[in-house]
Amino acid sequence: MLAFVIRRVFQSFVVLLVVGLVAFSMFRFVGDPIENMLGQERTGADIERLRGQLGLDQPFPVQYFKFLTGAAQGNFGVSYRQGRPVADIIAERLPATLELASVSAILAIVFGLGLGVFTAIRRDGWAANTIMTLSLVGVSLPTFLIGILLIYLFAVELNMLPSFGRGEVVDLGWWRTGFLTESGLKALILPSITLGLYQMTLIMRLVRSEMLEVLRQDYIRFARARGLREKSVLFRHALKNTLVPVITVTGLQLGSIIAFAIITETVFQWPGVGLLFINAIQFVDIPVMAAYLMLISVMFVGINLIVDLLYFVIDPRLRGDSSKATA
Amino acid sequence: MKIRTTMLTAVLLASTSTYATAETLNWARAGDALTLDPHAQNEGPTSALSHQIMEPLVIRDMTGKIVPALATEWAPSEEDPNVWAFKLREGVTFHDGAEFDSEDVVFSFNRAMSPDSDFKELLASVTEVRANGKYGFEIVTNGPNPIMPSNLSDIFVIDKDWAEANNATKVQDFEGGEDTYAARNANGTGPYKLVSREPDSKTVLTMNENYWGKDEFPMEVTEIVYTPIQNAATRVAALLSGEVDFIQDVPVQDLQRVGSTDGLQVITAPQNRVIFFGMNQGDADLKGDDVEGKNPLADKRVREAMNMAINREAIKQVVMRGQSIPAGVAMPPFVNGWTEDLDSLPANDVAKAKALMADAGYADGFSIQLDCPNDRYINDEAICQAAVGMLAQIGVNVRLDAKPKAQHFPLINNLETDFYMLGWGVPTYDSEYIFNFLAHTKGEKYGSWNGTRFSNPELDQQIQRLASETNLDERNLMIANIWSVVQDEVLYLPIHHQVLNWGMAAKVDTVVDPDDEPKIKYFKIK
Repeated sequence: MLAFVIRRVFQSFVVLLVVGLVAFSMFRFVGDPIENMLGQERTGADIERLRGQLGLDQPFPVQYFKFLTGAAQGNFGVSYRQGRPVADIIAERLPATLELASVSAILAIVFGLGLGVFTAIRRDGWAANTIMTLSLVGVSLPTFLIGILLIYLFAVELNMLPSFGRGEVVDLGWWRTGFLTESGLKALILPSITLGLYQMTLIMRLVRSEMLEVLRQDYIRFARARGLREKSVLFRHALKNTLVPVITVTGLQLGSIIAFAIITETVFQWPGVGLLFINAIQFVDIPVMAAYLMLISVMFVGINLIVDLLYFVIDPRLRGDSSKATA
Repeated sequence: MKIRTTMLTAVLLASTSTYATAETLNWARAGDALTLDPHAQNEGPTSALSHQIMEPLVIRDMTGKIVPALATEWAPSEEDPNVWAFKLREGVTFHDGAEFDSEDVVFSFNRAMSPDSDFKELLASVTEVRANGKYGFEIVTNGPNPIMPSNLSDIFVIDKDWAEANNATKVQDFEGGEDTYAARNANGTGPYKLVSREPDSKTVLTMNENYWGKDEFPMEVTEIVYTPIQNAATRVAALLSGEVDFIQDVPVQDLQRVGSTDGLQVITAPQNRVIFFGMNQGDADLKGDDVEGKNPLADKRVREAMNMAINREAIKQVVMRGQSIPAGVAMPPFVNGWTEDLDSLPANDVAKAKALMADAGYADGFSIQLDCPNDRYINDEAICQAAVGMLAQIGVNVRLDAKPKAQHFPLINNLETDFYMLGWGVPTYDSEYIFNFLAHTKGEKYGSWNGTRFSNPELDQQIQRLASETNLDERNLMIANIWSVVQDEVLYLPIHHQVLNWGMAAKVDTVVDPDDEPKIKYFKIK
């Protein structure tokens, strides 16, 4: 177990280095940050001076090395756009994204699992059929379109929910939360549905097909033959055995909920890291882009690690194997 | 319990009575101010927010006219033509209560002229600034500068002691990694005080009760909540749902919808920005064309033909949905030097243009690449696409290459494009600004945005003389002369003047600011 974790952490470091390298080499094609930083009255001398100040005149390997040494010490440089330390800006924006992502993920998992099981049990009922048809919408419509549709329905036509922003937030010192105010909670509804819908339908369809598969197995038939209660058959025996693939997919989807929050955040002007990243691209704010990509890859790697560890908890066979391997 | 209820009612009544006159303006636009540091970014949304909190010596009102702000009177000094003397307003206090005087102005100007300032070019001719008593201020230039005040309308004044106490005397430092205090906090003399600010999310301002001009201006908005909303559809939805009262950039396709909604209005006015094409007419041969050993754009007849081939009315109707003012000169309409005659459109005559092409020896045409931004001006890429079709009619086969502004503008600056789109705003409202950047030979001090490789030493001299000609009639004559050369040479292919569309609740009463920088103190609420 320990060896496994160490091996995975080492692999993660390699992944991060590669992500950093690829990202850094791509930034050169995004454009020239100097262009946005100086007004139209700037002279050639200004451009040269600023380029020198930012270290953009140095060769690529030197810039990359500087970034890595800074990042290792937790210093991601200063945002070109806001003129403030990147670490501060990200720390300020991360709570918004994490709150949105966690609500979306909970929605996706709860409804995905529930509806998945439901449609598997009542596979020919009209309700299940309607849900299955509607779920196609969730899979096939692009996120920004769903967001705009929701805004027009609930904000413009019905005037029930806010169309943008995070509402009132409460500052807890190190975390600004929208969970504690009514407007904050209301503002969460539309973005979290928009962000979680795709994941929800995906989980639902996966659970349904896995359940159908498992329900055909002999042991379910035997369980029923033994006269176990239906509830116990479905949830203790069937559902538990569908969970390994579901957890893999859900874990990966959690990462992409955070990563793809970019689109939802732009549509709803949600002040999280995704919106920060979009602005950084437009402004060619290299320090912010680099830090964001590193952060996202750390999250993906971390989530994958947790998913792998969860296998141990859910699937006893893996536990047996690994104890032999470490022994 | 009874008593408590009564008390509560009383408190509620009291609060409603004070709020009866309170008017909150929920204001949104596509981009947020980048910083509150007034000298760090010379950029539209940043200056627009600063204008509510801080003040320059002189300000442009909502019609573009220069009016007093922190200075009450100004004139060139009688003893020395190189000196502008300003009389400062007395009895003004900063938001924290500190007194405003000439010391703060000297400090702020020196800060605005420091190397990291984004405004230093506007003050490039300044050699010294000095106080003359507590309420006198003088600017010394390296020669007479007849239009000095028009360079000062965005140079904001902050409190010297406040900046020193908070370690914010320097503009900003990208190397140190330190937060500049002034980027997040503000202490100005302006009509509104900063209450709170979350970048890219929300900025709240409240009326400055001690503002010197409280009785002079309407000041009917008592609280401003400023929210950037990047996504155009969301921005319009927020206006339609009543969550915001005022948006600065209504996309052209939504104008109809907003205008026809009950309780909303759209107001429109020409913007201080003209859109045009530049052409490499100086090089002997072009790299990006298919003509060997020659530069077709160096031939004036070709440039004239291209100018004729562009159908500006069609671009207005089809690409801009009526929201543009076709242009015949690369100069916004309210700039000193503009005349109706200069701005009259060249005839859109394809037959004549073809004849000119044949005359020049390009009867079969030629092909060339057009570089165009796709995220800078209103419908920029679509305008270029339209131009491609129009130029094809006279045999100019254009390959369009549209890319983000961060990649487009370096092409112009590094002289890597032969045919490009550019837009230009004139903060000083004077032609000299256009000539300095766009018509003068490209060099260290002048012509930094002239990507045409055009060079006329005689014209350069005339342009440089403008800076020190103090006789305004004589100066205007010189400006007219320079324009006639620029127009005769077909230095640029003007397309149109951009139009601003402000969408707002019907209760808001204002005119459109040509610089797209609303000054809320002028807003009335119906």
